[in-house]
Amino acid sequence: MGFSGWRVIKEGLTGNRGWKPQWRDAAPKKDYDVLIIGGGGHGLATAYYLAKEHGITNVAVLEKGHLGSGNIGRNTTLVRSNYMMPGNSEFYSHSVKLWEGLSQELNYNVMHSPRGQIVLHHSDAQRDAAVRLGNAMINRGDDAELLTRDDVRRMVPYLDFDSARFPIYGGLLQRRAGTARHDAVAWGYARAADERGVDLVQNCEVTGIDMKNGKVTGVQTTRGVIRAPKIAVVVAGRSSQVAAMAGMRLPIESHVLQAFVTEGLKPCIDHVISFGMGHFYISQSDKGGLVFGGNLDFYASYASRGNLPMKEHVMEAAMTLMPMIGKAKVLRSWGGIMDMTPDGSPIIDRTLIDGLYLNCGWCYGGFKAVPASGYGFAHLLATDQYHETASKFQLDRFRSGRGLMDEEATGSQHNLH
Amino acid sequence: MRITCPICGERDRREFYYKGDALALNRPGPDGGEKAWDDYLHIRDNPAGETRDLWFHEAGCSAWVVVTRNTVTHEILASELASKVKEAAT
Repeated sequence: MGFSGWRVIKEGLTGNRGWKPQWRDAAPKKDYDVLIIGGGGHGLATAYYLAKEHGITNVAVLEKGHLGSGNIGRNTTLVRSNYMMPGNSEFYSHSVKLWEGLSQELNYNVMHSPRGQIVLHHSDAQRDAAVRLGNAMINRGDDAELLTRDDVRRMVPYLDFDSARFPIYGGLLQRRAGTARHDAVAWGYARAADERGVDLVQNCEVTGIDMKNGKVTGVQTTRGVIRAPKIAVVVAGRSSQVAAMAGMRLPIESHVLQAFVTEGLKPCIDHVISFGMGHFYISQSDKGGLVFGGNLDFYASYASRGNLPMKEHVMEAAMTLMPMIGKAKVLRSWGGIMDMTPDGSPIIDRTLIDGLYLNCGWCYGGFKAVPASGYGFAHLLATDQYHETASKFQLDRFRSGRGLMDEEATGSQHNLH
Repeated sequence: MRITCPICGERDRREFYYKGDALALNRPGPDGGEKAWDDYLHIRDNPAGETRDLWFHEAGCSAWVVVTRNTVTHEILASELASKVKEAAT
């Protein structure tokens, strides 16, 4: 059942009675070729690319709640590829390319909106860093433009350009960056995976991982035992708990990150604006709400909600950057559980247990990574080889110290990335 | 969230800097080996529930405090001076 303009008109004229559920509510079978634990963005994308790119369709996605009920529904929807370090660089570049064709590929409108992201800088040294990052982005084939202070003023005149602490010197613009509709990404991948035969099993919590002679054999779940020779763990903030079922300890600490949305307003912010000095970024959703966020609350947490001091800090940063925002009313705030790694970069890798694969450590940047993460992880699961765009996210890099990707050079403390 | 400092009593969370898991007190020696340093720097139990972490009472008495805390409810369960914890361990 495809979506098209004709279909929308036809359904509109016939009382919208022809729409059907977008995927089966599958009951688990006894055996699969691959089990994916976690029905969020990354897990569903992995299932889709396993089926589409590798023809592996005897796959189940096991989700303890409902599909897309974790961070894929709790983020601030940014898509960008302004990364510099080898490893991250080619990966996020690939992801933006996948985003650009995603609605057509999935026949599902993910509302990808390349509206451009402006990252502001406030000193000569920051401008130098922006030039270097921009050149790195251009060198690998992406787009980047250095904006002068006047350029920024023409595009976003409502910022406070002369704040005493952080006067705006200019910005780095990536025009292909932007936003997408977060839930639609999960739903689009779910529908496309289901169409190819993947079982999406909801309300099915994994409670144990079965192993024999160092190999995985299956999982214990609240809906019974399910067997498979390959198990993929894609559970973001809950990675440490699931890994513990296999006796593993991970280089991950879970932290809460808050986000905020205002009441719906008429269009006023056309881009994504990032104000690094205030740990603040903002865009406007298609419904009109200003969507913005800040930094972690800084302490380990599984609460999915934050504390007041960070709310205050984010509001202060908002007022510092764009005083006009003081007129808007905050509608709600929420928190997500972030799987923070010691270098701020993710993990897509095998483990020392045969058949057990790991995709985690997305810190607070997982949304934009969803397509390339699913693509790269599916490649690893199907071929046991790293995909060329996702070859550096190795679990062992922390122990060995080789290949760390610390974009901000903040060291090995999990919450500083 | 309010944190109890053993010296100053219950104080606003904003007075404290968060270091991370209290294993920061158990720094291995220079010859501790690769595994000990990997565990110390990177690997975490990361419990959903009770945990012990290290906070610095930066805007108060400057004490380092080991706080027992629930990561799901944000409940503060106990706190001791890090120096005492360290002494007891040696």
